Amino acid sequence: MNTEDNIAIKADHISMKFNLSQERTEAFKEYIIKKLKNQLHYTEFYALRDISFTLKKGGSIGFIGRNGSGKSTLLKCIAGVMFPTKGTVTVSGSIAPLIELGAGFDPELTARENVYLNGAVLGHDRKFMDSRFEEIMDFAELWDFVDVPVKNYSSGMYARLGFAIATEIKADILICDEILSVGDMAFQQKCKKRMEELLSGGTTLLYVGQDPQTVEEMCEEALWLDHGHMREYGPSYKVCGAYMDYLDEISQ
Amino acid sequence: MAQSSFKIEGKSAIGQFLTYKPLIHELVMRDLKVKYRRSFLGYVWSVLNPLLMMCLQAWIFTVIFKSNIENYPLYLIIGNTLYTFFSESTTIAMNSIISNAGLIKKVYLPKFILPISSVVSSLVTTVFSFAAIIIVMIITRAPVHWTILLAWFPLLSMFLFNCGVGMILAGLTVYFRDMQHLYGVLTLALMYATPIFYSIDAMTPEVQFMIRLNPIYHYINLFRCMIMIGALPGINTWFACISSAVVTMLIGLTVFRKLQKDFLLHI
Repeated sequence: MNTEDNIAIKADHISMKFNLSQERTEAFKEYIIKKLKNQLHYTEFYALRDISFTLKKGGSIGFIGRNGSGKSTLLKCIAGVMFPTKGTVTVSGSIAPLIELGAGFDPELTARENVYLNGAVLGHDRKFMDSRFEEIMDFAELWDFVDVPVKNYSSGMYARLGFAIATEIKADILICDEILSVGDMAFQQKCKKRMEELLSGGTTLLYVGQDPQTVEEMCEEALWLDHGHMREYGPSYKVCGAYMDYLDEISQ
Repeated sequence: MAQSSFKIEGKSAIGQFLTYKPLIHELVMRDLKVKYRRSFLGYVWSVLNPLLMMCLQAWIFTVIFKSNIENYPLYLIIGNTLYTFFSESTTIAMNSIISNAGLIKKVYLPKFILPISSVVSSLVTTVFSFAAIIIVMIITRAPVHWTILLAWFPLLSMFLFNCGVGMILAGLTVYFRDMQHLYGVLTLALMYATPIFYSIDAMTPEVQFMIRLNPIYHYINLFRCMIMIGALPGINTWFACISSAVVTMLIGLTVFRKLQKDFLLHI
């Protein structure tokens, strides 16, 4: 295998610009009036500036940084939900985005029905989901509620089902946005174990976390984002160490 | 090797459609389940509703307005069923992007799947409600013509037309929510401009000309010819059906593609 084949994700100088209008013009009348008065002013805001990194297959990278530093925007660009204003993202392999657990669940449907719906959202047909269904419910420990509409679920149960589906379909690349903070302690441990299994099985992981210690444990590499800029990028123990020093500094 | 999911963006609409067929299937199943789950009679409503509607209108227009169209109940229920297909599917499609905002903010999907699957769900309920048309045919002892076998053609044309209109509306509504309020009035106006409970022959030539510009008239007319008269209309009707359907679908796809780029910033 040459090096190109070995790369799961390549982000090449990506920038994401938002136009922050003072008020969003959702009504046609406002739009026309503002257009006529020439009041459509925007404030430009860069959520990401010139971010580049490469991640080899089976590798893991953690994104750290304070709130609003662009971590989730970066994940969304990689997941294909948003398109960067500049730069390119090249991804090879299937993606399971866990940006929000249970995104796409319909509250009126039962757990059983939502498994198939969510599977289809992630690009899998009924036959494939049939073969995974038992494992999903086993892992989520929700057999007792399999035919209950998920609107009656607690948020923890909801998240457990979402996590079970996204990790059981065995995508090549797993994108996680602070999901290990859901569920009770026992389930959190179970999730961590599952993630470690997946990682040793060759899954590529992108992880966003508030807690630098978890990032250090989970990921080989880390990228520290600060106001959309890359502050540091390298082995996770180094970056996380630097980030913790920074946190100590600002909290004093 | 599975390729990058965003490269699908460059694929043709048909290619994407095939890749995401399971998703359309699941979304349609969801719509149908959610629509009838809480109601006592469930799917029976999609047959009962058009029947009740027809009875009411038949009574109003024969007793109060003295309509003299032959087999008026059948005439009415065909017009109503097809027009409901148009208005219902386009209204749901219009809101499909906004109501699935939670999904498209978190997961990559080709967004045109959402309005299309709304129209498919509506097509399925429309086909269920054909049972009501059959019931009316039996009760009124309407003769069955072989042309009934071709009735899928106006339905398919209408499906494509609805998909096109639905995509245009879905795209515009993301930017201008006013569409949601305006569209109710528009569909009502269009309903009166479509010969559902009156006959086009009773109109003046100028009005007839105006009505013929309305594609929905042609779909309903063709369907009625096939079921009620048993004769096929001239080439003009067929041409009107095919061209309006295909052109609207293509415009819909083009407009939607242009608009979808910035959806995420507006929902």
